[in-house]
Amino acid sequence: MYQTTYHRASSVDEAASLFGKSSDAKFLAGGQTLLPVMKQRLASPSDVIDLGKIKELQGVELSGDTLTIKAATTYYDIMTNADVKKAIPAIAYLTSVLGDPAVRYRGTIGGSIANNDPAADFPAALLALGATVKTNKRSIAADDFFKGLFTTALEDGEIITAVSFPVPAKAGYEKMRHPASRFALTGVFVAQTKSGDVRVAATGASQSGVMRVPAIEAALKANWSPSAIDNVSISASGLLADIHGTAEYRANLVKVMAQRAVAAAG
Amino acid sequence: MGVEGIGARVVRKEDKRFITGKGRYVDDIKLVGMTHAHFIRSPHAHAKVKKIDSSAALKMPGVVAVLTGQQLVDDKVGNLICGWAITSKDGSPMKMGAWPAMAPETVRFVGQAVAVVIADSKNLARDAAEAVVVDYEELPAVADVHAAIKSGAPQLHPEAPGNQVYDWVIGDEGATDAAFAKAANVVKLDVTNNRLAPNAMEPRAAIADYDAAEEHFTLYTTSQNPHVARLVLSAFYNIAPEHKLRVIAPDVGGGFGSKIFIYPEEMVALWASKKVGRPVKWTGDRTEAFLTDAHGRDHVTHAEMAFDANNKITGLKVKTYANFGAYMSLFSSSVPTYLYATLLSGQYNIPAIHAEVIGVYTNTTPVDAYRGAGRPEASYLIERLMETAARQLKVDPAALRRTNFITQFPHQTPVIMAYDTGDFNASLDAAMKAIDYAGFAARKAQAKSQGKLRGIGVSCYIEACGIAPSKAVGSLGAGVGLWESAEVRVNPVGTIEILTGSHSHGQGHETTFCQLVADRLGVPISQVSIVHGDTDKVQFGMGTYGSRSAAVGLTAILKAMEKMESKAKKIAAHALEASEADIVIENGEFKVTGTDKAIAFPMVALAAYTAHNLPDGMEPGLKESAFYDPSNFTFPAGTYICELEVDPGTGKTSFVNFVAADDFGRLINPMIVEGQVHGGLVQGIGQALLEHAIYDANGQPVTASFMDYAMPRADDVPSFNLSHTTTLCPGNPLGIKGCGEAGAIGASAAVINAITDAIGKNNLEMPATPDRVWRTIHAA
Ligand SMILES: Cc1cc2nc3c(=O)[nH]c(=O)nc-3n(C[C@H](O)[C@H](O)[C@H](O)COP(=O)(O)OP(=O)(O)OC[C@H]3O[C@@H](n4cnc5c(N)ncnc54)[C@H](O)[C@@H]3O)c2cc1C
Repeated sequence: MYQTTYHRASSVDEAASLFGKSSDAKFLAGGQTLLPVMKQRLASPSDVIDLGKIKELQGVELSGDTLTIKAATTYYDIMTNADVKKAIPAIAYLTSVLGDPAVRYRGTIGGSIANNDPAADFPAALLALGATVKTNKRSIAADDFFKGLFTTALEDGEIITAVSFPVPAKAGYEKMRHPASRFALTGVFVAQTKSGDVRVAATGASQSGVMRVPAIEAALKANWSPSAIDNVSISASGLLADIHGTAEYRANLVKVMAQRAVAAAG
Repeated sequence: MGVEGIGARVVRKEDKRFITGKGRYVDDIKLVGMTHAHFIRSPHAHAKVKKIDSSAALKMPGVVAVLTGQQLVDDKVGNLICGWAITSKDGSPMKMGAWPAMAPETVRFVGQAVAVVIADSKNLARDAAEAVVVDYEELPAVADVHAAIKSGAPQLHPEAPGNQVYDWVIGDEGATDAAFAKAANVVKLDVTNNRLAPNAMEPRAAIADYDAAEEHFTLYTTSQNPHVARLVLSAFYNIAPEHKLRVIAPDVGGGFGSKIFIYPEEMVALWASKKVGRPVKWTGDRTEAFLTDAHGRDHVTHAEMAFDANNKITGLKVKTYANFGAYMSLFSSSVPTYLYATLLSGQYNIPAIHAEVIGVYTNTTPVDAYRGAGRPEASYLIERLMETAARQLKVDPAALRRTNFITQFPHQTPVIMAYDTGDFNASLDAAMKAIDYAGFAARKAQAKSQGKLRGIGVSCYIEACGIAPSKAVGSLGAGVGLWESAEVRVNPVGTIEILTGSHSHGQGHETTFCQLVADRLGVPISQVSIVHGDTDKVQFGMGTYGSRSAAVGLTAILKAMEKMESKAKKIAAHALEASEADIVIENGEFKVTGTDKAIAFPMVALAAYTAHNLPDGMEPGLKESAFYDPSNFTFPAGTYICELEVDPGTGKTSFVNFVAADDFGRLINPMIVEGQVHGGLVQGIGQALLEHAIYDANGQPVTASFMDYAMPRADDVPSFNLSHTTTLCPGNPLGIKGCGEAGAIGASAAVINAITDAIGKNNLEMPATPDRVWRTIHAA
């Protein structure tokens, strides 16, 4: 790790103002991505601004049909939260298969979506559930937030404060774990909204990051059941291929994970 | 056996220190004035080093020196050696290129060091390393064995034309051809034994400390065999004569073979500590471990097995290409030859065997012994062949094995080894019973009704441990003898120190070795301590690898104990005014048999040191030593059976049951043995399902971190069902065979046999990743 200056912000405003004053700052949440990258000397921020202790970024709220998870809430706190389990159990499940216990105790939903790793789990949940990302400046629909590999709609210095999810009628997530990293080799989140719309998002599959899967959405809209997907064909073109999975295999996984996610959603 | 004697499940003495974070590893040691080394490593798989410009680095704060490969040459530091000479079939010696500790001219694998920065702190050294400019001229590289032996392939070393180190043969080619000519059936198989990265929990590390006044070096290093390190460093690398070099291997966090070898970093640290006049520390990180710890396996093999009309094996032909990487590591040459081809008879009566092994250089990390070393490759090949044969001949795989088991001992195989004892039917029976082999068909049908593909796989392994009779290995080209030494020092108060040449880096010697003493003397193990890993304390030793510590190291302790007890009995007899022949040792006392006359062991010890009343002519003191050279290898063997399910939608394998029935001879501490088996099985399963050190066609490593290299985790493996069928080893007085590697040797074949059984297709390479299994299921 290179030398850096650490700041612990006590409010979102303070964090934003510290950011403005530094030449090349980075926000730090759970550190599960940023710190390994810094240790490998692949990032060398002049200043690190810790959001982890900011009270207004912590916690979960359920009000009516909206579940709001504050940005610096850890996976563990999400996984064990009663409101999450009640309103969208698929999110609690997704968190339970994310990384390992150490990662779950530190990593945060804000860090996950700000980082937008093409194999991260939460982006699929946001996209499928039609969530809204709240920042210190605006609200951004999930459809507009994820912009490809490790890229988001966030502007320099913009801080995610929370994510709000409309509570769906049904939702499910299934994930084939990457054998080494345990990220999603492919994960699929399926959701049926209370108005009967169906949204399906796959992570770990596409070369351009988390994606909607219109063919599966159409099939499920017609018939919400695993077998509805039997005859859907997913093209391997544009999908990721590496030593752990060919593009054809990932195309298969999009389908199989979607079927299992529907089964899990009930 | 007593509560702490042989056979007792004694809790490990060393664990208190490990579990409470009080272990003392090399990196925990801090010397006054210590500097830190950071190596500058090649990002290219093959390149000429044109120029190294360290001027900017040398101006940075805290930088003590930047040293290069050319300076090593100028100081006449020797190249790294390979300690086992192999002769090719044409009679020529193996062909090796030089391996300098830092490359002065040419780098041949990604990660090879070209220079080292020595600085006041680790971070300063790393900062300065980024300021050193190395000008490389890239050369074409080759990573794959088949590509490397093609004409026109990039050449690594001028000494080894065609990248061939040797072309070695064993067995009787004429007899084998004759067997095949008469065969009723021939079974053919191509297998790849995937390359593995050892991944000991503790990365390698070294601290070198030169004392200019005494012209003496001390090296703290992560070694499985500190005396061998000292011998090699002094005899071949010109570092210092042995009496001026102390090597200490303190607590070492795992080795699996990778810490047997002498690596460039410790040589450079020693040399540099003299040059800069301060202690030099280097602690590798995980990336350096992936790039520079000797890898394991990496064979490509074609094999054929001949059967007569009664399904008896009549012959075996094997041709193996072994990838050595860019340089010949310390024992690399012996692994695919004498540690591999000599085990190709497996548990079977095979009248004729012929094997050819071609050793090949590639632009990859050097390959050497890794848990099992050669024997996993042999066992995997034979057990895949047996399974393939059973499928082809349409007989039950267990029955085919039974038809061919060796049942008479001793048994001379056609490939050097003379198996001393065993009962292969017993372990097969035990494993089949434990897994309810008979009920498998019903379970398979049941699984099928739930959409799952269930399979069962048998693996009957044998290995050669207790390495090794010195004379025998010497005749085969080994540069060292493979005996072990021990010393028993009884203190005047009766506590006992056992000095051993074995080295514990996870094996639990501090417990098991004490159990032998407790067993013989009836003293509590708290009265005994084990001293190892320091060349200034232990006179000499060959170290720990090849499951040799109990069979060879503990036998040496036994021999020294016998000498000590014999003297102690004389002292006791003198004190008790009895005849020496009437003295028996019981519960910590020396007793006159049939009487109530006794003297406690501490009193005997005290008498030896006060020397007030010793038998006439007896020397004072109570300390004995012994060197033990085994008369044969030992032959642990057993059967592993694995039952699993494959999810046809994802290709993912889940274990249903995994049973192991091992014959390790006598067990000193069954709990520790189980731990060794668990660890070995996990490594074998890791090889079968997860692990693979991959290079791209240009020699760039693809799996140099845990994000890409899949290490097995607890939830990847089942809970194991272990049992033992014991035949005592006749080759050593304790009847021990060894247990350290068996799991890694036998497990992979059981897993692949089970998956291929489940999916109904025989050809499947390791690691059987979900992707690979899924593609195999759905291939036309
Ligand atoms: C071993 C391991 C396994 C993992 N497995 C998985 C897995 O299975 N699935 C998965 O999805 N992920 C996985 N991860 C990644 C993990 O989820 C990380 O926690 C996540 O990517 C980043 O979250 P963090 O809170 O740790 O963020 P940090 O590492 O602290 O920050 C990451 C990035 O986000 C920015 N950031 C953080 N918070 C905010 C905010 N509120 N506003 C704006 N920018 C912000 C930071 O500046 C930084 O650029 C794994 C990580 C590890 C180390």
